[in-house]
Amino acid sequence: MGLAPPALAIEAVSWGWRHAGRSTWAVRHLDLVVQSGERVLLLGPSGSGKSTLLAGLAGLFDERGVGESEGQLRVFGEAPASSRSRCGLVLQDPEAQLVMSRAGDDVAFGLENRGVPTNEIWPRVRAALDAVGWAYGPNRPTDQLSGGEQQRLALAGVLALEPDLLLLDEPTANLDPEGAGLVRDALARVLDHRATTLVLVEHRVAEWLPLVTRVVVLAAGGGILLDGPPSEVFVGHDELFARHGIWTPDHRGQRPARPLLAPQPESLIVTEQLSAQPPLADRPLFARLDLVVRSAEALAIVGPNGSGKSTLAHLLGGLHRPQAGQVSACEALAPGHAGSAVWQWPARRLVTRIGSVFQDPEHQFLTGRVADELALGPMRGGLPEADARRRALELAERLHLDAVWEANPFTLSGGEQRRLSVATALATAPRALILDEPTFGQDRRTWDEMLSLLAGLADSGRGVVLATHDRALVEALADRTLHLPLGA
Amino acid sequence: MRWRTIDIVVTAALGVAFGVVFWVWGLVFSAVGAGSFAPPLYILSGVWLIPAVLAPLIVRLPGAGLLAEFMAAAVSALLGSVWGLDTLASGLMQGAGAELVFALGLYRRWTLPVTLLAGAGAAIGEWFHDMTIYFVEVDFAIQLTYGAWMLVSGVIIAGLGSWYLLRVLRPTGVLAAFPSGRSGPEPVSGPESAS
Amino acid sequence: MQLRRPAIAYPTAFLPAANAVAKLGAALIVMLVAFLSRDPVTPAILLGGVGVAMILSGLRPADLVRLVGPLLVAATILGVLNALLAGTPVGSSPGADVDRGTIGLALGLRVAAIALGGSLALATMDPADLAAGLIGHLHVPDRLAIGALASLRLIPILGAEWRTIGLARRARGVDAGRNPVAALRLALGALVTLLVSAIRRATRLALAMDARGFDSRTTRTLARPPRMRPADWLLLAASGALGVAAVAVSMALGRWALIFG
Repeated sequence: MGLAPPALAIEAVSWGWRHAGRSTWAVRHLDLVVQSGERVLLLGPSGSGKSTLLAGLAGLFDERGVGESEGQLRVFGEAPASSRSRCGLVLQDPEAQLVMSRAGDDVAFGLENRGVPTNEIWPRVRAALDAVGWAYGPNRPTDQLSGGEQQRLALAGVLALEPDLLLLDEPTANLDPEGAGLVRDALARVLDHRATTLVLVEHRVAEWLPLVTRVVVLAAGGGILLDGPPSEVFVGHDELFARHGIWTPDHRGQRPARPLLAPQPESLIVTEQLSAQPPLADRPLFARLDLVVRSAEALAIVGPNGSGKSTLAHLLGGLHRPQAGQVSACEALAPGHAGSAVWQWPARRLVTRIGSVFQDPEHQFLTGRVADELALGPMRGGLPEADARRRALELAERLHLDAVWEANPFTLSGGEQRRLSVATALATAPRALILDEPTFGQDRRTWDEMLSLLAGLADSGRGVVLATHDRALVEALADRTLHLPLGA
Repeated sequence: MRWRTIDIVVTAALGVAFGVVFWVWGLVFSAVGAGSFAPPLYILSGVWLIPAVLAPLIVRLPGAGLLAEFMAAAVSALLGSVWGLDTLASGLMQGAGAELVFALGLYRRWTLPVTLLAGAGAAIGEWFHDMTIYFVEVDFAIQLTYGAWMLVSGVIIAGLGSWYLLRVLRPTGVLAAFPSGRSGPEPVSGPESAS
Repeated sequence: MQLRRPAIAYPTAFLPAANAVAKLGAALIVMLVAFLSRDPVTPAILLGGVGVAMILSGLRPADLVRLVGPLLVAATILGVLNALLAGTPVGSSPGADVDRGTIGLALGLRVAAIALGGSLALATMDPADLAAGLIGHLHVPDRLAIGALASLRLIPILGAEWRTIGLARRARGVDAGRNPVAALRLALGALVTLLVSAIRRATRLALAMDARGFDSRTTRTLARPPRMRPADWLLLAASGALGVAAVAVSMALGRWALIFG
């Protein structure tokens, strides 16, 4: 155990950072002081530089050529690069952080890097695993862990190095509610036992408030909007938060009022006795499921990660053959093809009837330009090029993608990619739309936009199916809900 | 030219990605008894060699071709390829062949002709391996026939193919951390065009 | 499809518990002797030795069959092919007699010996142990070995992504049907998407590794330092003895021949 850390954990004076090759500054004019032992929740809209700040604090910007800085940033009184060993950084994607295939080995990784003698490594590994409430032994294979468990393991790996400053960059953004709960509990346990300084970036704030002592809100483009204890920051500033697209603890999301003359629901897709069971599982995800997807309706398929939501979404989308049972189209979806199994349809027919939006938008990008992406689907469906281009332009304007019309889809921000993937599905005007985790890790503005977009689609007569673990979205939008795994 | 962590992990991951694709496609030429090992089938053998040429083009460091090709082979070896450790030896020889060409350019020439030559080099490495293990008794003239098919495939698929892949990858922004992401051949938009 | 390694049924059996570098060395000895031999006797004896090792491998019989079966098929095809296409070997006098039967048999056995020794070693080896062994015993640069090891974790992830990318393309209205050119474009596009994903993941992984001190100039220690136990030396010695015995018997029978010349 070392000496107690200096009183001033973080001191930023007019600090700014610009990544190499970019024209805009990721962070600018930041003045911030954090005392040792404080627990800070860092909020801000997309683009306000939260991740950049954490990476800077963790000392990851010390190589030449990575970017340029202005102003001053001090961690425990020294440049971040020198204080690296006192910081621990946990990132958003659990899979991207795990290095080894056995849990204990992964926790030991950081200790090996520090040159800790072998005989000291394993006691510290065990202590770190205990600190996060690890339920399995040290030999547990890491790829058999749930997302929440993987993040707990990442936290243990960081704790084994006994950092004085813990930096957590959206640690639960990729997790379902159960997984997020695991991580919060682990962190609460840790903070009970040690007075570590904490800087936490998260979108969904309500659940984290009990753990933090201070809330700092960054502004897009530089500077700090609000700074103070939670009881002050969230009172009376609702309009400010809404304007900047930042989540507040009680933001619920409101579905826009339905039109008076709502279209009559018609059956679009019908499943009969549909079953799915992963190869190594002893129980099916769902068995003999009879489900109807109707137009003018939003159907939510909910459940934790791994419960079969994506599988069901893919089957409804006609993307692969069911193990058992049938997924067929109704007359309203495809006139003349009623009763036919959707998995057997040629892709050209499928794309004009059922639109599928995947969890990772990048999986669906085919071309090198946003303009081409939007035009591709309609042309595949048989539309002449001029009409396809016109429709593409309309969609781009409607979904605020006209600014990136010429850009390569892979270079878009997360929110833009999400909107593009929905736009490409809509471009072929399918009657049914199936979305897999459409609000994954998004800021408030994009979330609100997605909600109103999906509500509008349902209200205009389409059938919308959502596979999601986002409870707020389900509460706001769903007309019907199916819980997976069935029988749970 | 020090290898940063990102250089090591990305090079290895490139090899792993190709290894996964090869495995899934069942493109293990020299295995599972499906192929007849006839020379003209080797016109596709250049696909195997892409990691050895593409990784150096991206990362621009000595040894990248060896590492990437080795990792691609390691994927097959670990997932149960019948050739076992010999897969790794094959990968090393293919990687070495490409590596030699880039080394002759002092790891500073990253042009199309050099890339095509690297594809040829990798093919020659493959030829040495296959002729001494699988076809060692075969008449030399026929061995040369194999070599010819391999060479053509190496130049076109591994050389030209890697060049093309680099041009498609650059505009996605994913190579921003590497010198090849900032300068190099003109970008291309990809196999699907809106037509 | 599941991109996972076949599981070891009995992890405490002799081979799985042996030091990784010892296994590697033992396999390389067998492979080298087989590589250098041209007669049928030497590889046959080597294969006998490897057969004994299979009993100690801790693998289930079904897994062993899966290991050996396709290899036998491939080795047979190659043996036949070489026998049919055999020509005057490089370096020997032209017009010499070509005994196709022996040539085919010898080559088939040789290929099988080269392959089987290595695949048995791999099937009983854990990559993390191998990395530790390479670093500890053979002084391979540790950042290289660990960086490569970390990338192996991407195998099942990328395998699942490959499948999802295929489904996503169908959802976009792109499928190959019977057209080979379209199938090629589809595969190429999917490959590009997979490469982008692999590079992104690797970039994030590298960042996470550096955040935990991987790129510092400190000398790394090992949490599981590899050790050579007497049993491991025994394995190496046995392999060496097998190689020597195979050549000796072959010489005694007058069949020994070196591969080149």
